[in-house]
Amino acid sequence: MNKRIFVVGASAAATAVALLLGACAPAQTDATTSSGDESTGTLRVWLFSEVNQAPKEAVVNEAKAEFEKSHEGVTVDVQYIGVDTRAERFKAAFNDPASAPDVAEFGNTDLAGYVDAGGLADVTDKIKGWDEAKDFDGDILRTTEISGKNYGIPWYIGVRALYYRTDLFEAAGLKAPTTLAEVESSARAIRAANPQVIGIATGGKAQFSFLPYIWAYGGEIATQSGDAWTAALDSTQARAGVAAYTNLLKDDICPPQTCAEWGGNASVQEFIAGNAAMTIGGDFNRKAVDESAVGDKYSVVPIPGVKTGTIAPAFAGGNNLGVFASSGKQTLAFEFLKVLGSKEYQKKMFDAMGNLSAFTDVQAQSAKDVPELKPFIDTLAAGTKFVPVTPAWNTIDAQGDLATMIQTVVNGSATVDESTATATSTMSAAFAGK
Amino acid sequence: MIEQLAPGAAAPEVAAPGASTGRPKRRRSTMVGSSRWEPWIYLAPALIVLAALLVYPLYQLVVVSLYDYRQAQVSGNAPLNFVGMENYTRLFTDPQFWTVLGNTVVFAAACVIGTIAVGSALAILATRLKTWVRTILFVVSLGAWATPAMTGSAVWMFLFDPTLGLVNKVLTSVGFSSFAGHSWTYDKWSAFALVGAEVIWCSFPFVMVTIYAGILGVPGELIEAAKIDGASTWQVVRSIILPILRPILVVVTIQSTIWNFKVFTQIYVMTNGGGIAGQNLVLNVYSYQQAFAASLYGRGSAIGVVMTLILLAVTMFYLRAQRRSGELV
Repeated sequence: MNKRIFVVGASAAATAVALLLGACAPAQTDATTSSGDESTGTLRVWLFSEVNQAPKEAVVNEAKAEFEKSHEGVTVDVQYIGVDTRAERFKAAFNDPASAPDVAEFGNTDLAGYVDAGGLADVTDKIKGWDEAKDFDGDILRTTEISGKNYGIPWYIGVRALYYRTDLFEAAGLKAPTTLAEVESSARAIRAANPQVIGIATGGKAQFSFLPYIWAYGGEIATQSGDAWTAALDSTQARAGVAAYTNLLKDDICPPQTCAEWGGNASVQEFIAGNAAMTIGGDFNRKAVDESAVGDKYSVVPIPGVKTGTIAPAFAGGNNLGVFASSGKQTLAFEFLKVLGSKEYQKKMFDAMGNLSAFTDVQAQSAKDVPELKPFIDTLAAGTKFVPVTPAWNTIDAQGDLATMIQTVVNGSATVDESTATATSTMSAAFAGK
Repeated sequence: MIEQLAPGAAAPEVAAPGASTGRPKRRRSTMVGSSRWEPWIYLAPALIVLAALLVYPLYQLVVVSLYDYRQAQVSGNAPLNFVGMENYTRLFTDPQFWTVLGNTVVFAAACVIGTIAVGSALAILATRLKTWVRTILFVVSLGAWATPAMTGSAVWMFLFDPTLGLVNKVLTSVGFSSFAGHSWTYDKWSAFALVGAEVIWCSFPFVMVTIYAGILGVPGELIEAAKIDGASTWQVVRSIILPILRPILVVVTIQSTIWNFKVFTQIYVMTNGGGIAGQNLVLNVYSYQQAFAASLYGRGSAIGVVMTLILLAVTMFYLRAQRRSGELV
């Protein structure tokens, strides 16, 4: 009897499984392209929340009031979302267009993944029809571009330069480094004289600090032909850059025991704590350094290149504003971008938050107003570079391929040639969608 | 949680072997019509919950693992592409997967052995302690058990911080000057040992409490009788206590194996997402990295399926071995 029940139960279960197998494939959202173009109603906006959010909110509220005044029947609903949980929030918005905003702020390295997911609207023509857009920094605007189409406008940028301790350099009789070789030799000299001090605080995970090394030596992360990317970290130039950078992560400059695990923030924190003679930090770190104990004994120069008088290409970090593809208010949404992303408001964001504008003329003005910004503006003027704009970058980043490349050299488990070869093959696999 | 079910479930097996042999027959003869469906009616709520919470997700996991399923496919910007076993072949040809699998097996095995050893030792110790000392031991252990994995990991990282951590400060102050600025997570096995110690710390109390309850369940008369027959303490342990405890040990071992094989939080928090150059990746963290961080849901699911199969195999093997030797019903 028990057996019969078991048989009945088992066959019922088997039938159910068969039915499910026949009927099911993984869930997919219906394609999220918008229909209609409303010009009234609520315009939903997502911006990133900040540690010190009040000044940002004040500027945004001003833009919101101005926009609502000039657009009757429109309410702007701004939500601040966490940077750490942005991936979940954006994916959820792509999967369920009903919960998606019309306009959003996002990091420029995230753009390719969002475009691949079909989440962002193509705004190329709208940018062409916008006067102010011609003054965007060309390198920066290019970070919003995939196959000749723009999927957002740059809202502000972050660029890194070399912070150094004037007191320690003076005591050692050194001047600000003018070549990458001098960065290394100065770091070693200062640590030799002050064993408690790290020569240059930088880390195995600080990819935006070591990319300039690769670029300065003439290397590239990857090369593009058409839509296809090929990893190029095994070139002689890139290898020279990796070798030069990993030379910093040695006991006589930045001991691997501690430095191997550091990312960019951890490195800057060491400088702020007064433990390091140099670090590679962003314009966005200035305020924290100013307020620290080393606030009155530091200076900043652009990260030097290989030859005296040159500047290493910096990573063009920054945040964009974009329009969701699922938005039913495409025109209105871009109208709002033209307000919040305008020169006027980018200037206001600089005054409020210290965010560098993506407009070259606003940058020049800011450099005049705040002389301390000069090294960052000079770095921008020398030309910046970016990571490959492809959804595969998301995979490469998540796998930590670049950090692994540096860290395996630093902990001695691979030579520069081996680690760059491994990184090239894993990255090539990711580019090929494997 | 499963951990909480086990002590209760294990105890009756010890207390009442053979007690249920006579009854079903009598019931069957008296309740002819309703008896056929009766057990299923009783089982229905549990089966429905299991089907909804276990079978369906597992089924979805298998389905997703057979597709090229990335964010573009989820949000409908690219067509769904059935790739059959491709996610699996890629996984099995990826040397990193085998390294990670090896890490996971070694790490889980060490944690299981450590947890059982520490838990059993303290359980035996507990039977010999005065009541108030035992109470203190239990309260302290339960504190470790009750600490959320995230909090526990973070606190351990504070203790083992290279420059500010208490451990290095103490070691340095008693003369081990080489520990100044020593990083416990720089070396692969040192990092695994540290995480393993944390895992054992927060999971031995379950083993201790369960085995302690088991030891209390050993009938005093049996031990007394054996002693009268001239058995040594070792013989009593080997021939009486251990056989009676065996079902509990089985449950505890399987439980620890499953739990330690699936460790995520401790590795993720303490080695910052997998350690230097990914040297401390275990399967669960690797799967998370692939599925959610890299949005490769298909490949991540394939790793999940492989993990599930390995755990099922381990459990089945263990249960069969026990059943063959006739000690687990």
